Amino acid sequence: MRVNFTVNGRPQEADDVWEGESLLYVLRERLGLPGSKNACEQGECGSCTVRLDGVPVCSCLVAAGQVEGRDVVTVEGLADFAKQRSEGGCATGACGTTLQDAQQWQAKGTDSQTGEGTELSPVQQAFIDAGAVQCGFCTPGLLVASDELLERNPNPSDADIREALSGNLCRCTGYEKIMDAVRLAAARQSEGV
Amino acid sequence: MPTNGAPTKITQGSQTKGGIGESTLRPDGTLKVTGEFAYSSDMWHEDMLWGQILRSTVAHAEIVSIDISEALAMAGVYAVLTYDDLPTDVKNYGLEIQDTPVLAHGKVRHHGEPVALVAADHPETARRAAAKIKVDYKELPVITDEASATAPDAILVHEGRDDHHSGHVPHPNIVHRQPIVRGNVAQARERADVIVEGEYTFGMQDQAFLGPESGLAVPEEDGGVHLYVATQWLHSDLKQIAPVLGLPEEKVRMTLAGVGGAFGGREDLSMQVHACLLALRTGKPVKIVYNRFESFFGHVHRHPAKLYYEHGATKDGKLTHMKCKIVLDGGAYASASPAVVGNASSLSVGPYVIDDVDIEAIALYTNNPPCGAMRGFGAVQACFAYEAQMDKLAAKLGMDPVKFRQLNAMEQGTIMPTGQPVDSPAPVAELLRRIKAMPLPPERQWESSEGADVRQLPGGLSNTTHGEGVVRGVGYAVGIKNVGFSEGFDDYSTAKVRMEVIGGEPVATVHTAMAEVGQGGVTVHAQIARTELGVTQVTIHPADTQVGSAGSTSASRQTYVTGGAVKHTCELVREKVLEIGRRRFGSYHPAWATAELLLEGGKVVTDGGEVLGDLIDVLEGETVEIEAEWRHRPTEAFDLHTGQGNGHVQYSFAAHRAVVEVDTELGLVKVIELACAQDVGKALNPLSVIGQIQGGTTQGLGVAVMEEIIVDPKTAKVRNPSFTDYLIPTILDTPTIPVDVLELADDHAPYGLRGIGEAPTLSSTPAVLAAIRNATGLELNRTPVRPEHLTGTV
Repeated sequence: MRVNFTVNGRPQEADDVWEGESLLYVLRERLGLPGSKNACEQGECGSCTVRLDGVPVCSCLVAAGQVEGRDVVTVEGLADFAKQRSEGGCATGACGTTLQDAQQWQAKGTDSQTGEGTELSPVQQAFIDAGAVQCGFCTPGLLVASDELLERNPNPSDADIREALSGNLCRCTGYEKIMDAVRLAAARQSEGV
Repeated sequence: MPTNGAPTKITQGSQTKGGIGESTLRPDGTLKVTGEFAYSSDMWHEDMLWGQILRSTVAHAEIVSIDISEALAMAGVYAVLTYDDLPTDVKNYGLEIQDTPVLAHGKVRHHGEPVALVAADHPETARRAAAKIKVDYKELPVITDEASATAPDAILVHEGRDDHHSGHVPHPNIVHRQPIVRGNVAQARERADVIVEGEYTFGMQDQAFLGPESGLAVPEEDGGVHLYVATQWLHSDLKQIAPVLGLPEEKVRMTLAGVGGAFGGREDLSMQVHACLLALRTGKPVKIVYNRFESFFGHVHRHPAKLYYEHGATKDGKLTHMKCKIVLDGGAYASASPAVVGNASSLSVGPYVIDDVDIEAIALYTNNPPCGAMRGFGAVQACFAYEAQMDKLAAKLGMDPVKFRQLNAMEQGTIMPTGQPVDSPAPVAELLRRIKAMPLPPERQWESSEGADVRQLPGGLSNTTHGEGVVRGVGYAVGIKNVGFSEGFDDYSTAKVRMEVIGGEPVATVHTAMAEVGQGGVTVHAQIARTELGVTQVTIHPADTQVGSAGSTSASRQTYVTGGAVKHTCELVREKVLEIGRRRFGSYHPAWATAELLLEGGKVVTDGGEVLGDLIDVLEGETVEIEAEWRHRPTEAFDLHTGQGNGHVQYSFAAHRAVVEVDTELGLVKVIELACAQDVGKALNPLSVIGQIQGGTTQGLGVAVMEEIIVDPKTAKVRNPSFTDYLIPTILDTPTIPVDVLELADDHAPYGLRGIGEAPTLSSTPAVLAAIRNATGLELNRTPVRPEHLTGTV
């Protein structure tokens, strides 16, 4: 089958999709967007978390056909997504992203091999600065989930952060630096840094 | 009690920004947060096929027949391979004993053993084709424990063993046995006022790295193959892969793909040979990616263990003697079992002074899943048991458990049970003092102005209690882990370092084969190069087999050994650069010939700080490149009968204090805080050091309260191979982990550093267990603790 949907603001068309393929498979293997990770294929680990019409979902549990006509944001588009949001006159971030807003922005391409000079979202930068990245396999999913948390709750308590990220497994860090990263991103956001 | 160690002397490079001791950020950080970092499962090649492995559905059986015809006939299938298709006489591989078949030959020895391979144009086609392969098994009785393995009429898991351990083991179903005998236990036992015995069980833990086993094999024009793979040791893989493919090593090129964690689970081969075989057979690139279910079958686990301990102590709290037997279940293939036995036995006393010991450790061959390396490697199981013993002894003597440990704590100069003196700081008592001195989290921390915050209580948002039936407990533990490969292994590493001027700036390039698995070795290598070469710009070359071996990313060894190799090679490069400088500019200033020269901030300076020249001028038109090996102090094998020998390179110590709250009615545990104090010798990158300690601590927490691979004792089949049924700690299960880092230099090690990755995994588990015992008064001789163990409803 053919699936038409929007990924990181760009219309995409995936052909020859087998009905059993997940959104995760189509992103990774058909659209060249391997940022979303496959670590369990059961919705237990959160490594494949993307936004589907603004809602964080495990893309491994979404059948590709279900995203027809819908809007997906992956870690690859997170920086532009966050930028778009901050420029959208929603300084607190608490107003969330409307579907219309989500469909109007577009991720910029990057051809950087080293990633140097790449523009990052606050939460991406905070993950690096706080030491929240080790092997990094859980990072894309955690970033999407953390970004969504801060969008809806710019000043989360520790208990709020733990609750919001409880669907994302990390095996390297013991989560302490991830907590630090989300706190840091929230603090920077509130200071307007 | 040492509180201050010798200061770590750094002269060269101490002025250069981004050098050792700073918390510089990961060079791969940006790629990892943008989704651009290429993990092994992200590899893609035009025209590539997908490989799939058919695994045995039973644990122990003769293979009567395999019928691949239906699978081969499926549209989209390019190849189906079985044992009969292996190209050479070499059909097995293995880390130490080559007992692991590439594909099963006539027999399977554990549930999930690879039997056949499929390559197809879509992963689902490959899966369906594999399911169409018909294997006729004739099941055999299963060997599952010590009793069934060593019974007089026991079926041998491996017939006709001729490996180097087969001559000294008491039974062919024992992989390796290491006794350690020192002093006179019988005499020492007479002095004991109290004697404590215990039998302990340690469950099978999985590494559960998040990035599943995966890689891409690309056939090359010269008949060779290029494998992009996630592993812990490229050169060890190469040595095992090439003979099975029938290729010389130079025709098997290996490049490290992005590694999504390892923790020991990537020491053994997984899909490497299988992908290469399919690529060479089809002439097309072949990618294999395990799903989580397969990953549970695709790598070795931490050895489950039975541990039998006896300790004695005098009234005034001095340990008199220790006897123990540690039985590790190695499963169907040897993997790293012999080395795990060596660690378990030599570290079975823990960080304590006991002169009279009688120790025996064995690893069994069974039909359970193969077990091998996992973070802590034999020391973890022992620590769980000896720390439980320490608490029992303290209780029996009416002593404070921390004081009792401190009274018996080893220190620099203590003789290990192997006869090896501990010749660098061993601040065991001080680490215990530090965790005890940390402030405790407030009682009833779950109370808020709006009543109980259930998120802070056992059971969490399941809303199972508002504090009723909840009791608190506090527990302590401390452990000792060896650093580096032991027992006489030639544990070297190699680094190639180049220095040149690029774009008007001096740049160093560091090339090693070190597997960056997330630990931050690449960060540290750049820091070392900055410190040693006085440059800011350092490029880390991708790890591959075009440079000499770096050894394994395991045993807490990479910062020590490959870090040591980078340091050593940088020193050689520095000498060469200074030699060029002397040749070119020596006549301009006498200090070139007379002073000790350093490279700082892109300049050549005297040890008095006088600038003699810019590196860009010294290096103009020249490139200095050196590849060199580096070795730590040699070690010796343990005597096979007495266990005596200077077997270890270095020791690493951590201590934990756990605070738990237990809902005694439901058997639910919430760990409130898990504090750690660890001596790291020298923190080359403090941020990464703390990250390692917190991560290791959390893996120890996991095996204390939730993580266990359940193997059916009747069938030896794995019952919970998924993240739905094998639980690892989430962010809700993990408490705050305050870390106190002590830096007492080890004068034998580069910069005085101490390998740190594993020690925190040891003491975390027994500290949590001690806290649960403290809360409930239960004995709890097994880990992990499950609710039924706390409610008495087993």
